[in-house]
Amino acid sequence: MTAPSTAIELAAAIRSGERSAADVVEAHLAAIEASEPSIHAFNTVTADQARAAAADVDRAIAAGEPVGPLAGVPVAVKDNLCTDGVATTCSSRILEGWVPPYDATVVQRLAAAGAVTVGKTNLDEFAMGSSTENSAFGPTRNPVDLSRVPGGSSGGSAAAVAAGFAPLSLGSDTGGSIRQPAAFCGVVGVKPTYGLVSRYGLIAFASSLDQVGPFATTVADAALLLEVIAGHDPADATSLPKPAPAISEHLDDGVAGLRVGVISELMGEGIDPAIAAQVRAAAEALAAAGAEVTEVSVPAVTFGLSAYYLIAPAEASSNLARFDGVRYGLRVDAPTTNEMMVATRTQGFGPEVKRRIMLGTYALSAGYYDAFYGQAQKVRTLIARDFAAAYQDVDVLLSPTTPTTAFALGAIEDPLTMYLNDTCTIPTNLAGDAAMSVPFGTDAAGLPVGVQVLAPALGEEPMFRAAAVVEAAAPARSTGKDA
Amino acid sequence: MTAPTVPTDSLGHAITVADSDDVLVVEAADGSRWELVCGLEVHAELATETKMFSGAPNHFGDDPNTNIDPVTLGLPGTLPVVNQQAVELAARFGCAVGATVQRSVFSRKNYFYPDMPKNFQISQYDQPIVVDGRLELPSGHVVGIERAHLEEDTGKSTHVGGAGRIKGAEYSLVDYNRAGVPLLEIVSRPHVRSAEQARQYVAELRSILVACGISDGKMEEGSMRVDANISVRREGSDELRTRCEIKNVNSLRSLVRAIEYEARRQADLHASGGTVTQETRHWDESDGRTHTMRSKEEADDYRYFPEPDLVPVDLGAERVAEIAAALPVLPSARRHRLADVTGEPATAEAVVVTVERGQDDQALAAIDQGADAGRVLVHVVQNLAVDGGAELAPERLAELVKLETAGDLTATQAKQVLAELVADPAATAAGVAKAKGFEAMDTGALESIVDGVIAANPAEWEQFCAGDDKARKKLSGFFTGQIMKASKGQADGRAVAQLLAQKSAG
Repeated sequence: MTAPSTAIELAAAIRSGERSAADVVEAHLAAIEASEPSIHAFNTVTADQARAAAADVDRAIAAGEPVGPLAGVPVAVKDNLCTDGVATTCSSRILEGWVPPYDATVVQRLAAAGAVTVGKTNLDEFAMGSSTENSAFGPTRNPVDLSRVPGGSSGGSAAAVAAGFAPLSLGSDTGGSIRQPAAFCGVVGVKPTYGLVSRYGLIAFASSLDQVGPFATTVADAALLLEVIAGHDPADATSLPKPAPAISEHLDDGVAGLRVGVISELMGEGIDPAIAAQVRAAAEALAAAGAEVTEVSVPAVTFGLSAYYLIAPAEASSNLARFDGVRYGLRVDAPTTNEMMVATRTQGFGPEVKRRIMLGTYALSAGYYDAFYGQAQKVRTLIARDFAAAYQDVDVLLSPTTPTTAFALGAIEDPLTMYLNDTCTIPTNLAGDAAMSVPFGTDAAGLPVGVQVLAPALGEEPMFRAAAVVEAAAPARSTGKDA
Repeated sequence: MTAPTVPTDSLGHAITVADSDDVLVVEAADGSRWELVCGLEVHAELATETKMFSGAPNHFGDDPNTNIDPVTLGLPGTLPVVNQQAVELAARFGCAVGATVQRSVFSRKNYFYPDMPKNFQISQYDQPIVVDGRLELPSGHVVGIERAHLEEDTGKSTHVGGAGRIKGAEYSLVDYNRAGVPLLEIVSRPHVRSAEQARQYVAELRSILVACGISDGKMEEGSMRVDANISVRREGSDELRTRCEIKNVNSLRSLVRAIEYEARRQADLHASGGTVTQETRHWDESDGRTHTMRSKEEADDYRYFPEPDLVPVDLGAERVAEIAAALPVLPSARRHRLADVTGEPATAEAVVVTVERGQDDQALAAIDQGADAGRVLVHVVQNLAVDGGAELAPERLAELVKLETAGDLTATQAKQVLAELVADPAATAAGVAKAKGFEAMDTGALESIVDGVIAANPAEWEQFCAGDDKARKKLSGFFTGQIMKASKGQADGRAVAQLLAQKSAG
């Protein structure tokens, strides 16, 4: 494998003519060919399209035409984002063979920025899971340690970046699906403010929580990719009427005077002490760089998990109703329309998806709505209020991204235990705020630890500044790809 | 005197309409009397360019599956965006019925059906855009409007084989052209007390929707669909009993028949000790009955929850006030205006019909040019209900009526001339009259015809002169007929009546 380069470095080299986009894409396709069989980051590798896109970039540069900020940079795209002419499966049998006739807005923006899509990455079916073991097409393995999971649901996108298949990738985060795999794989992952990035073309899991975001090897690369995909989209009614934020230009401004709060509720029980220790180390690094670090309480975060597992399944039960065999994807024939729908859904959905559809259907049912969905919405309001109160006193918050580091494939069989993976990440989705995971050292076993930096809605700029300082202070990983 | 026709329902059973206040009362077999309580739900397709939540065209009658896009088909990843024009039209309706136009929220109504691409319908549930309006019927009766909300229409299924029903069909075809078409569902309070009121309510609603450009209101194309919620109670009581919802009512005539049938069915059921089950019933035009579609026990639990892909819609008080100010003159105001000018009551059929057909401006303009109001209304109602009749220029109508009232044309001639005026835009009333040889008979010529007819019928004339009012009236018809015949239809009826009166008195 060629020495890993950041997206920013690659883009500069391609723009200057030092490297051709074709050369860059070939190097990454070679890396994929070498390691993909053992990792399985992709559902589809789009080598031909990638080569053609790279050739377009090279032609444009040779012709002296202006090119986008990601011209020639390989990007991997989670397979729940629609790509015109390329199969989009959500890692589900029910969508097998379906080819979207349109591009998601973020995919259009990638193309407009000159990025070269190398493939569609594996995920937990319909983004429901924390290990990518729920994929109908087999699990993805963690490039740091192939016996371990990459996290999920965007495990394929995290693994693709960690394995050097692409310097950048897109994931989606409903309860931690970008940040948790980023932490497990030792890369940067960002869940932007709800509404900052268009959801048009993102196959919905839970509409009020889903948000598309970047994976990268560095904080600066993540900032660049976020700037490319962010900004108002009239095709998404929940998209904020704001332009993409300017993050990169302030990335090196430092944290002098920035008020940082460590969330006390997420530093104790249930959190691996090694991870808590790294979070404290990151906090000290911020303090050393001039930030005012305190410990703050956000009491309602402890209710996040139970509220989430009512709201997300409720929305999912409705969002996934359209997969019925009538118009696209899998159809299992049966004598009547109703029987056909039942047979298709029975065969097409995996167990975790069925579990959540049933949970959500129940939570919305007449007579139970108030007790479950209605109550969960009240808790959601409470969490948002507690975060808002905390942000009166601090600019950004700090916590672990995950309670543990990457676990072994097959180690967690009980769904409820699996759900605990998202304890630290879910509250941000419920509040609609921003958060990101930055790699910071390892546990005793040498597995990557992620530190989560959280910010209020549209607080991406200070969030990234803090993340840059954490990144700079991060201890070198003791073990890694060579292991 | 002939007995008045007994009104009957669709199966020929007699219907008693109580004298007081137009309440439909049906008498059950045991002689107990039951009165109707009815509320109406009207679905009106909005006259927008594009669909409720996408840019696909909203257009009726095109080839199947041509007015579609990824959003219409509910393709994975697509999102709805609210059509602002639909919101404005809904607000316009709210203003037209004096309702409150409020901040509204879309919800999802979840159920599986192949012609609904997402297997949920985006609709407004607990926070509709329009609440608390009222509609004054031509009769003066007021029906409250509980709410009106925006939603999307479904596609259309065609079942092939198995008698065209889904059960037993070999296969089904779905046309998604209609899927996502904006609908305004208008829900009345249970203030409709007779089938005639129901008819008037729907007709009045349609007039308003059309006048305001909200919907084309075509029941035959399905752009306006009516469901009736019907219950009955003992005459004079104020209880509310179990109701049934009647669907598939595709014309005003069906509506009247369905209500009358269903009221009787429920009255008989109550009277015989049976129980009315809350259910949806299907009106069958061919057998004139309603049939069970689904009972409440099998009714879906729609699992409504706020649509997370959309944000609340709020036009703001200022915009709503602008919309209200820009409303055209509404049918009830137009009836009152026409009534004031013509001297007829606002509830007179001629006034109601003229406004319902949108020909009141035509009539008013003709009257304004000096034409006799009464004759103008008669011509508009009776003779301009033809193709092109509504387009006849008021000045041409006025010219004709003036010729008629001046005695230059008889009523019969005027009708014929009018038909020519409608058919030929270049024709003038005077020109047509001349071409047809409709020249006013001078008084002398008419008088000699009258004298001739009197001379030929001395016995009748004696009876006419001596008879009471009844006899005179009868014989007046006889003499007029004879004189008309003798004059070959050229005599003016009023001049004849005048001469007959003069001569019998002299």
